[in-house]
Amino acid sequence: MRIIIPIKQVPETSNVKMDPETGTMVREGVESIINPLDLYSIELGIRLKEQYGGEIIVVSMGPPKAQEALREAIAMGCDDAVLLTDRFFAGADTFATSYTLTKAMEKLKPFDLIICGERATDGDTAQVGPGLAALLGLPLSTFTSRIELEDGCIKATRLIEGGYEVLSLPTPALVTVVKEISDPRLPTLRGKQKAKKLEIKKWTAQDMEADTAKTGLKGSPTRVVKTFNPKVAREGKLIEVKDEKTLAQAVDEIISLLKEKAAI
Amino acid sequence: MKEIWIYAEVREDRVNEVAYELLTRALDLKGKLEDSIISAVLMGRNIPDADKQELIKRGADRVYYVDNPLLKDFVVEPYSKVLIELINRYKPEIIIAPATTQGRTLMPYTAVRLQTGLTADCTGLDIDEAGNLLQTRPAIGGNVMATIRTSTRPQMATVRPHSTRPAPIDESREGEVIEVDVSLTEEDAPVKKLEYLKDKTQVVTVQDADIVVSGGRGIGRADNFKIVYRLAELLGGAVGASRDVVDRGWITYPHQVGLSGKTVNPKVYIALGISGSIQHLAGMQTSETIIAINKDPDAQIFRVSDLGIVGDLHEVVPVLIERLEALKNEI
Repeated sequence: MRIIIPIKQVPETSNVKMDPETGTMVREGVESIINPLDLYSIELGIRLKEQYGGEIIVVSMGPPKAQEALREAIAMGCDDAVLLTDRFFAGADTFATSYTLTKAMEKLKPFDLIICGERATDGDTAQVGPGLAALLGLPLSTFTSRIELEDGCIKATRLIEGGYEVLSLPTPALVTVVKEISDPRLPTLRGKQKAKKLEIKKWTAQDMEADTAKTGLKGSPTRVVKTFNPKVAREGKLIEVKDEKTLAQAVDEIISLLKEKAAI
Repeated sequence: MKEIWIYAEVREDRVNEVAYELLTRALDLKGKLEDSIISAVLMGRNIPDADKQELIKRGADRVYYVDNPLLKDFVVEPYSKVLIELINRYKPEIIIAPATTQGRTLMPYTAVRLQTGLTADCTGLDIDEAGNLLQTRPAIGGNVMATIRTSTRPQMATVRPHSTRPAPIDESREGEVIEVDVSLTEEDAPVKKLEYLKDKTQVVTVQDADIVVSGGRGIGRADNFKIVYRLAELLGGAVGASRDVVDRGWITYPHQVGLSGKTVNPKVYIALGISGSIQHLAGMQTSETIIAINKDPDAQIFRVSDLGIVGDLHEVVPVLIERLEALKNEI
């Protein structure tokens, strides 16, 4: 099996600090990490490789620094890595990103499966996986929580609103996966050594014959026109339960709020 | 004339209520966009006429209905093909869909093929002076709001479910149902749906519920989740959970709320024994009302709560349950 896994380097958001004056994110000292939701796609890829053999190529679009994320994926057990890096790629929205990644995938053909994380934790759109499938004309399963290979088809279980549904996809196909699909492993020592030595391929727009009118900020049909702080309209009432009386008061408050909100 | 389209999501052959929330959005936009009408796009197999009429009574001037055996269940490939054909035929100005698993699959698949922009999971929509759609969405885990404009047409967006109320029924409204014929062949549907495994353990799941009661590590152990279930049941809500307890195996993944789980937006979110990590907050902080019970007065969850109870949930929740049961019996 030849598996391609697109990944993204994102800011570590678990300890995001907001500037109380300006309300913007403090970027200084913020570490860059692999998008946490990409760890599940990487793990799935490695498990499939262990079961069926083959190779995994990780691909990322970003500045030269993004190769750190690719090396981490190699350390976990992926085989090869390509970094799509070019000043023409900067500022891409999901359309331009889908287009640029599509050009890379075309160059990496043939493959059996593309696995994407559900979404990246910074942009939080979940749009690039489906976009990539659409541009490549690949059968698609999103929000996938389990896959099995059966007679050359992929049986994908999707987590949807009312439960799960099971799809059968011919290959090559693209799946986007949720956390339930796997439990990511830690990089191994051998993997780390390999990652250190590996020469990461770097592809520019020209290398992929990408039309730069469709990449980066220039190729992006959407623009952020304004950012602002979310309204904090929370009442923030606190009741401390110390005894029977405050306990009763706390429960009263909950009930009256539920009544007010027509929840009961 | 400019058309504002809503994607009328169908589940199990019926129009889902999220479609009516989109009509609330569309009615607001229609009032701000000169010479515009609202059309609902409905695809499926043998959808009841009453559902089409309900779309009209709740605000649609037109319903484009495509009926085909290959559209019986939502599968992105044929659905996208039909949507693209409709778009090319009727050239809408704006298309909004719910940010559900359907909408978040269909819309990005369709938008890139049309080479147009798409904004994900919006919580606010508006029209600027030039008549463009302004799309506002939470970014960076809900810490910042970003407003986005699209330079191409149609302007496409998915809208966070429950971020508005469904549009009310107005019996006097009139509109037309236009049955559109789009030819589909087996080749247009390479992916087959094999089965649907409905979650029978609860009436509603976290994404659909108006009320979500979530448990975190403060619950103590897996068995204690029964009080979370009981409270959710009494309120007609769904059971949610923090990542921590899902990873401990106290409850299954579909219940997980937060960055690596589901984003929810209910009327009322009740957090029991949840400290409120930034990842958890990202998944629930746009809820209309937030109630938290936690022993730790410094818990982050209290920062986003309307009502915070500093105390042992094992003391508070049983009393709350008792009171709710008593209230129920009165009725």
